[in-house]
Amino acid sequence: MLRYATRRFLGALPTLFILIALAFFLIRVAPGGPFDSEKALLPEVEANLRAAYNLDEPLHQQFARYVWGLAQADFGPSFQYRDYTVTELIMTGFPVSLRLGGMAITLALLVGVTAGSLAALRQNTRTDYAVMSASMTGISIPNFVMAPLLILIFAVYLGWLPAGGLGDGSPRNMVLPVIALALPQIAYISRLTRGSMIEVLRSNFIRTARAQGLPMHKIVLRHALKPALLPVVSYLGPATAAVITGSVVIEQIFGVPGLGRFFVQGALNRDYTLVMGVVVFYGVLIIAFNLLVDLAYAWLDPKVKYS
Amino acid sequence: MIASAQAVQGQEEVAGRSLWVDAWRTLRKNRAATVSGIVIGIMAVLVVVGPWFSPYSYDFTDWSNLSIGPSLETGHLFGTDTLGRDLFVRTLYGGRISLMVGLSATLVSLLIGISYGAVAGYFGGRLDNLMMRIVDILYAMPFMFFVILLMVFFGRNLFLIFVALGAIIWLDMARIVRGQTLSLKHREFVEAARAQGVGTFAVIRRHIVPNLLGVVAVYVTLTIPQVILMESFLSFLGLGVQEPMTSWGALVKDGSDEMQSSPWLLLFPAVFLAMTLFCFNFLGDGMRDALDPKDR
Amino acid sequence: MSLLEVRNLHVRFDTADGEVHAVRNLSFELDRGETLGVVGESGSGKSQTVLSLIGLLADNGRASGSAMFDGQDLFNLSPGALRSIRGRRISMIFQDPMTSLNPYLTVAEQMVQVVREHDRMTRRAARDRCLEMLEAVKIPDAAERLDCYPHELSGGMRQRVMIAASLLLDPQILVADEPTTALDVTVQAQILELMKDLNRRLGTAIILITHDLGVIAGLCERVIVMHDGELKEQGNVRDVFYRPRHSYTKALLKAVPRLDAEQVERLAPAADSSLLSVDGLKVHFPVRTGGWLGEKRPLRAVDGVNLDLRSGETLGIVGESGCGKSTLARAILRLVPTTAGNVCLLGQSMGDLDKRALREMRRDAQVIFQDPLASLNPRMTVGNIVSEPLRTHFPELGADEVRTRVADVLRRVGLSGRELNRYPHEFSGGQCQRIGIARALVLKPKVIICDEPVSALDVSIQAQIVNLLMDLQAEFGLALIFIAHDLAVVRHISHRIMVMYLGRIMEVASRKALYETPHHPYTRALISAVPIPDPDKERDRDRELLPGDLPSPVDPPSGCRFRTRCRFAQDRCRTEAPQLRQLTDSLVACHRAGEAVLV
Repeated sequence: MLRYATRRFLGALPTLFILIALAFFLIRVAPGGPFDSEKALLPEVEANLRAAYNLDEPLHQQFARYVWGLAQADFGPSFQYRDYTVTELIMTGFPVSLRLGGMAITLALLVGVTAGSLAALRQNTRTDYAVMSASMTGISIPNFVMAPLLILIFAVYLGWLPAGGLGDGSPRNMVLPVIALALPQIAYISRLTRGSMIEVLRSNFIRTARAQGLPMHKIVLRHALKPALLPVVSYLGPATAAVITGSVVIEQIFGVPGLGRFFVQGALNRDYTLVMGVVVFYGVLIIAFNLLVDLAYAWLDPKVKYS
Repeated sequence: MIASAQAVQGQEEVAGRSLWVDAWRTLRKNRAATVSGIVIGIMAVLVVVGPWFSPYSYDFTDWSNLSIGPSLETGHLFGTDTLGRDLFVRTLYGGRISLMVGLSATLVSLLIGISYGAVAGYFGGRLDNLMMRIVDILYAMPFMFFVILLMVFFGRNLFLIFVALGAIIWLDMARIVRGQTLSLKHREFVEAARAQGVGTFAVIRRHIVPNLLGVVAVYVTLTIPQVILMESFLSFLGLGVQEPMTSWGALVKDGSDEMQSSPWLLLFPAVFLAMTLFCFNFLGDGMRDALDPKDR
Repeated sequence: MSLLEVRNLHVRFDTADGEVHAVRNLSFELDRGETLGVVGESGSGKSQTVLSLIGLLADNGRASGSAMFDGQDLFNLSPGALRSIRGRRISMIFQDPMTSLNPYLTVAEQMVQVVREHDRMTRRAARDRCLEMLEAVKIPDAAERLDCYPHELSGGMRQRVMIAASLLLDPQILVADEPTTALDVTVQAQILELMKDLNRRLGTAIILITHDLGVIAGLCERVIVMHDGELKEQGNVRDVFYRPRHSYTKALLKAVPRLDAEQVERLAPAADSSLLSVDGLKVHFPVRTGGWLGEKRPLRAVDGVNLDLRSGETLGIVGESGCGKSTLARAILRLVPTTAGNVCLLGQSMGDLDKRALREMRRDAQVIFQDPLASLNPRMTVGNIVSEPLRTHFPELGADEVRTRVADVLRRVGLSGRELNRYPHEFSGGQCQRIGIARALVLKPKVIICDEPVSALDVSIQAQIVNLLMDLQAEFGLALIFIAHDLAVVRHISHRIMVMYLGRIMEVASRKALYETPHHPYTRALISAVPIPDPDKERDRDRELLPGDLPSPVDPPSGCRFRTRCRFAQDRCRTEAPQLRQLTDSLVACHRAGEAVLV
């Protein structure tokens, strides 16, 4: 298992390197610079500024410096928020985003797997059709459409829940953003679970278990659930990526002070280091999570060999 | 020989049912998919033809009717926005952009994906290994972020949008096509063709491609809504097309800013967007059921 | 009173195309400790019959009639009561032991829960019970096997686990649905021996469902013959086999190729020059052991094979799964790259040919595959499928000429010639195989390689296809290479027969010599493992049971490939690989062949 994990980890390194290089050079070749917004900078001042941020060095040197910094968890200084390092900015936004995203994924898993299994067990009944229609709707309504609709209904018309912000930090504020972020994932996961559960329930070993006289609930729990969940486990990688991407808009709509804010503002302000920082940070997160998912999969499926 | 030839001609021809005909029948029996297909057709006609019949253009400001709700008297069927522009026409124009981006990006992904996947799958071996490693690496990238960066740095440009989206989406297509090709390559009818001396190109054309088409058709139907979704996501962030031109995502964004005072600005584009996605997903699902040989 | 009494059983399925009446008015009995065989071809309703008894029909199925088991009607029981009978008093094993065991649970996990479901017992005690049962079905190192996952066991071992799991609670009836169909013939012999032994020792009644009359002859006391959902004949096994009354039974018994049938001498064609010769052919596939980055090792699918074939002759190639016979076929046709060796067709070495010459060459050597439907492109019409070789090699032919030739060849293989515009999925397995034969025949080749051409077909269809091939051979002077795992079929059609094991030739001999005086211990075991559809002969035979399973071709034994399962193996067999040598009428690769101990 350890060897397998090490190998998978080493396999992820080139991905990581390409990610960093792509982000770095893409931003550098883009027109416009970080000091464009402050008009009428004296040429000497700008030169000094550039030197202070090492922007006058050759590109490959800057890149090497950046990668070396990253290796020490140093994302460099922010160009726009002059008093902060990017690492500090990320660390203020990330806990909020993590809480939002983590809750959304957990909710999506719990509701999605339950609804999907239920639909599979009651295939072609009203329960099944209800779950599947709901899930199709969930897939078809993007979360940036769902979010304002939720606000309109639950905050504006009904007045049950706050429309956003962190407020006093009570969980009430998180309800709508979490739901908006989770809904499409609930829809995907329930469809996925239903499909794989139906396939597993049709398989020969389930027939064997029935022939051995096991009751249905035990068959589902002991025999069917684990294989049926494997596709869901491998979907968790893309799901995380989708939730992270989605959280950029959701945070904007609900005014949640997470990482998404820095990304959008950083991009608009050409804050190289901040945007880089967020992209690399998210990239690392997604790659790391994919790695974890792979390991979990290998651990769950006895047919995958570690060594 | 001659006698038997006449005998053949004298016999009645028995028409066979191809798998496509069977699939078409199954699809037509699926009411949700049929309705979805019809709705998509209507939608396509509407967004292309609709604006010609409207008295307003998409950027015309009706100063006497700013932010009014849907009404028949003024001719603003869906009402107007804060700048007095007709929402009906703008929604249709937005639909043009969304559907166009959806189709063209899917086409881009189709071209790259099929050639890449078919080459990797058919030739296999080391080439396949290398090509699929590249796909794996690209797959792990947070691509949406790169697209956002592209939009920010190189300006908002429709062409760039669908090239960028197509460039993300092709990964899935390549994987699927490669997997199918790989399994088809080892099917016995392909071996039989090779044993008969049929050339590589003819094997691909006659035996591989026709058997790929089902899967590809299903996948295209499911890719279009994905692209529309991504495009509207970018538009929502203000990174899509430029004002005064618009798309569904941008309209939803504008609508959500005004939803307390003028909820129709949110509702109409939201319904159009959701309905289109809904229908494409349903149609894709129906096609999957119809073309999937497992359910036969 | 009998243990199980089924009266007027009907099984119906509601399908999109209307109601399917799968079993019609079936009545039979089963006594305590009795062995009952249910025989029939695919679609005869034999499996649905037993599935309906224990309430395992598919959701759209309905059963009516009565089934009295120990004083209660199985069809009138509550689901809970029926469940407590399933597994405990009536248990069942299925055809494919790989998919019938849960791949995600260890052997112990799946067995223990069955015990504890029906009996109050500690986990410890249940585990002990499972271990005891695994030992009863003669699984070596049973204690270690308990914690294995199914994919870590061989096919025969998995079926033993299935049997052990089904006998855990000492049921009164064991239903076995084609329990050996997915297994190799030497492993089948082991499993059948085990079932016979368990029936004797534990007194469990057995219902054995199979299409193989030989299996029934060896194991069952009474037989039911089913066809099209109806019972055609039932009775004592000797009555049914020796004095069949129903015409279907008679036809079935006649269609089965038998190892003990009288040899109608097939005259080998005059030994003119050889048509096809294979010299030192090796095909090694690199396989990775353990994921990517794992070590690459050669899988020696074919490891040094020589053969030659004369025109008009049939060479049979037999061997168990994994012996390399299918790879050999593909390598001869250059469908897989060869590692070493040479193939000569009509005096031309195929290795030297450029692409165009090779394509020309393909006109003379054609192939027929195992799975009739899979070997036809589902998106092409029959006309296009059969005409493709013509259009490839004779593009100058006019459309009418092509049509005529295609229609002719379709009629020649027993079709009507009017199928041109239809698609493969509209035909039955046997018809599809005829289309495949027509495609191979349309170029008038000199050689046709048949790779298990009948093993996916029902017995009566098998006979038709084999006879068709023999007729075509006589008519066109074809040379055939006929690959199969079924020794009886091969015996029926071949002039000479080659026995393969783990990529090597064990023995080559004329049909007569091979079956009457087999020299190689493997040939002898193989022949003795094939069940004969004759109850008396089958029960009186001395069986040479081979122990264990096939070793992996990635890691074959040193020296003689067969030595790990050979009871005559000596030190020399481990160190030195035997070469083929002439022994009376045969070529044998065995150090000890011809010694007195073997006879």
